Amino acid sequence: MNALVQLASEAEKENPLVPPWPELVIGLIAFVIVFGFLAKKLLPNINKVLEERREAIEGGMEKAEAAKTEANSVLEQYKAQLAEARHEAARLRQEAQEQGAVLIAEMRAEGQRQREEIIAAGHAQIEADRKAAAQTLRQDVGTLATTLAGKLVGESLEDHARQSRTIDRFLDGLDETASKAEAAR
Amino acid sequence: MSADSTQVLAFETDCHLFDGCGFPAPGLHSFLFEPLWGDTEGLYFNKPMLLALLGSFVIVGFFWAAFARPKLVPGKLQMVAEAGYDFVRRGVVHETIGKREGEKYVPLVVSLFFFVWMMNLWSIIPLAQFPVTSIIAYPMVLAAIVYVLWVSLTFKRHGLVGAFKNFTGYDKSLGPVLPLAMTIEFFSNLIVRPFTHAVRLFANMFAGHTLLLLFTIASWYMLNGIGIAYSAVSFVMVIVMTAFELFIQAVQAYVFVLLTCTFIQGALAEHH
Repeated sequence: MNALVQLASEAEKENPLVPPWPELVIGLIAFVIVFGFLAKKLLPNINKVLEERREAIEGGMEKAEAAKTEANSVLEQYKAQLAEARHEAARLRQEAQEQGAVLIAEMRAEGQRQREEIIAAGHAQIEADRKAAAQTLRQDVGTLATTLAGKLVGESLEDHARQSRTIDRFLDGLDETASKAEAAR
Repeated sequence: MSADSTQVLAFETDCHLFDGCGFPAPGLHSFLFEPLWGDTEGLYFNKPMLLALLGSFVIVGFFWAAFARPKLVPGKLQMVAEAGYDFVRRGVVHETIGKREGEKYVPLVVSLFFFVWMMNLWSIIPLAQFPVTSIIAYPMVLAAIVYVLWVSLTFKRHGLVGAFKNFTGYDKSLGPVLPLAMTIEFFSNLIVRPFTHAVRLFANMFAGHTLLLLFTIASWYMLNGIGIAYSAVSFVMVIVMTAFELFIQAVQAYVFVLLTCTFIQGALAEHH
């Protein structure tokens, strides 16, 4: 009880707005301790790290940006190459088609030519055979006819020259009639 | 809620309701301390002083642990400290003074904020339970530092005449009331401003501590007979007020540094 009364009586003398000197001094010292450590060492420390961190983050962003740009350019390049390759392929295909067409045309022409050759050869052969056959026939017919005529006339018509002429004339006459008949038809 | 000094006094009185003794109300005497060392007439060392120095070491220790070897990728402690630092730096200094001019004052303002906050926080820390800032000497020292800073800044920035115009809010368009306005401004800026700066903090902490004491002592005083019910209510109030004080302590620290920044900004600004 005594202590309380004593303090209460002291309080009447004290004005709470008038600071005692020792407390001002201690207050100042306490604050200077805090300010000194923070301002001289700790805050510069953290500022440095914050700055480094900011730079690291921005550096990372820059790196990412660079990587993105590179990726884009590579993509462009790739696309260009792809387009070029497609173009090339199309060109090759076109060329091949053209070449194929040319080849086919050539082969067709060759085939045609060969066919015609074969046909022509066949025709010539047939013609030659026909001519040979006609020749043989003519001779045989001549001989047969002569023999027959000789037998009938009784006179040898062995004289070849005359015989031949006569036969020829006869056969020509035959030919003529035949061609006439053909024309009429 | 243990050994607060005044609570100890209340315990010493061992005085309860219905015991025929009066309520030992808290008062100015609750803010006076028997020196731990020395004599009140000369040099002495008391509990608020001890708490002030201890608080300094707590702040320095905390920031030392967080910032002495800071990492690019912060740990938990560093992250918390950085958040506090960033709050004052960007939320207060850069907001009021500006990023370019304000950066110089960041260390001071950060120190002020955490110092004031810590001194306020002692109010609800068990065993300490006394806000150092409820002793006028401590806010006064801080306000004086700020006062000296912004007044000298005004002279440095604007010269003698410019500083005078800045202090008095010189404005020709006021015409005949100019002398009156200048007198009031001069008085308000140079004399009232540092006083209110210190007293705002002091009075808030003083009142907060008195309220806490009131309910704490009442809880003890009414702990007798039917008074126990009231005592319980009072004790709930102690807890509510403690939570409220926690809030007020941070707000007052914030207001103190916000005003500091406003004064600095006013000193640096061109006066029209």
